[in-house]
Amino acid sequence: MSDSPFTQLWRSGLWTDNPALVKLLGLCPLLAVSNNAVNGIGLGIATLLTLLVANTLTSMLRPILDNAIRIPVYVLIIATAVTVIELTMKAWLPGLHASLGIFLPLIVTNCLIIGRAEAFASRNPVRDSVHDALAMGTGFLWVLVVLGSIREMVGQGTLLDDVELLLGEHTRSWTIQLFDADYGMLVALLPPGAFFTLGILLALKNCSDQSTVLMKEPLRWLRRSFS
Amino acid sequence: MNRWIRTGLILGACVMSAIAVLVLVHSLTQKRIENTQQKWLSDSLYALLPEGPFDNNPIATVKWLSVAELGSSDPVPVYTVYQNQTPYAAVLTVSTHDGYNGEIQLLLGLNFNGTIIGARVTHHSETPGLGDDIELRRSDWITGFNKVSLSTTGNNDWTVKQAGGKFDAFTGATITPRAVIQAIHRALQWYEVNRHLVFTT
Repeated sequence: MSDSPFTQLWRSGLWTDNPALVKLLGLCPLLAVSNNAVNGIGLGIATLLTLLVANTLTSMLRPILDNAIRIPVYVLIIATAVTVIELTMKAWLPGLHASLGIFLPLIVTNCLIIGRAEAFASRNPVRDSVHDALAMGTGFLWVLVVLGSIREMVGQGTLLDDVELLLGEHTRSWTIQLFDADYGMLVALLPPGAFFTLGILLALKNCSDQSTVLMKEPLRWLRRSFS
Repeated sequence: MNRWIRTGLILGACVMSAIAVLVLVHSLTQKRIENTQQKWLSDSLYALLPEGPFDNNPIATVKWLSVAELGSSDPVPVYTVYQNQTPYAAVLTVSTHDGYNGEIQLLLGLNFNGTIIGARVTHHSETPGLGDDIELRRSDWITGFNKVSLSTTGNNDWTVKQAGGKFDAFTGATITPRAVIQAIHRALQWYEVNRHLVFTT
């Protein structure tokens, strides 16, 4: 393929190597917080920012970090970034902070972040690392938002409920009520619903990947399907 | 050896810069976080108190009481307001473990004579979609306690309607509302006898 390296980074972050759909990293916060779209956006952005800081600093410190202190420094960078984000959110978005709860500080333990620092940023120049962080973070963010939106719609018949926690009181009217909450399927909001929805998303992703192969190389698809 | 000293110094420098960043951010946000929390607390308190003005600021004159009947073995905050130097109203912190999942915490605003001004759930982990109708933002169920007192509601009425009581339950969930009803009943009974503890200065 003749793509520039950046296009490749973005394609892999958003789709082919999507952290949530392919690598299945950071599933604990992904499943726990995705009970509505706004929580998904909040946690997704917080994760994206952490990833960006971690990747940038890791890549910048690459020449001076030797193996003995590499991992401790990554953890230090990630924990500091998360604490900064948490304090900022507590000060300016207290409602969202309360609704994300323990999963905000737990971003520290999201293996996606240390995984990218170790696997990518520690071996690549700053510019590539920034692209990688943005691509992987956006990949995580969109899956979180899609997952949250689906669960919210099925579970309580709304979209963008609680949006005022994120963007302020004047956006309260953005919430879309599709049907009365009494007719929602409660299981979608509970942890099993998170697994079901993620499972369906994974299946759709695999299905679409397969159909690409089917279109281009029917014989290979047949061989793969029956082997 | 030289290499190890260099590594140690780098690690130290990283830690120091992290501390510096955190101190800076903390000092920038601390004031605002405190204000937000104060505002949140005073908003919730004034929603449960009668019309002012009061002699005192309830947050500044908070008292901590350790009372088993209020549902917690730890001291919980009790807010009181006075008007013309006489006791006027109080907000009690009530909690219960009789719910479906974990602790339910409430703020309970009472007139001096023990009539409920209002109640609000401040913290719970009940089932979303079923038990969380105890939150005001989900349903107005909790406002059913407004103006209720021990004299308007007899001992046998303090349960859900299905069990012959006076309060509604939600579809599919009786454990959660029953826990809240009982917790409020217990708190009222305690207040009836121990009012002097709340209003001592």
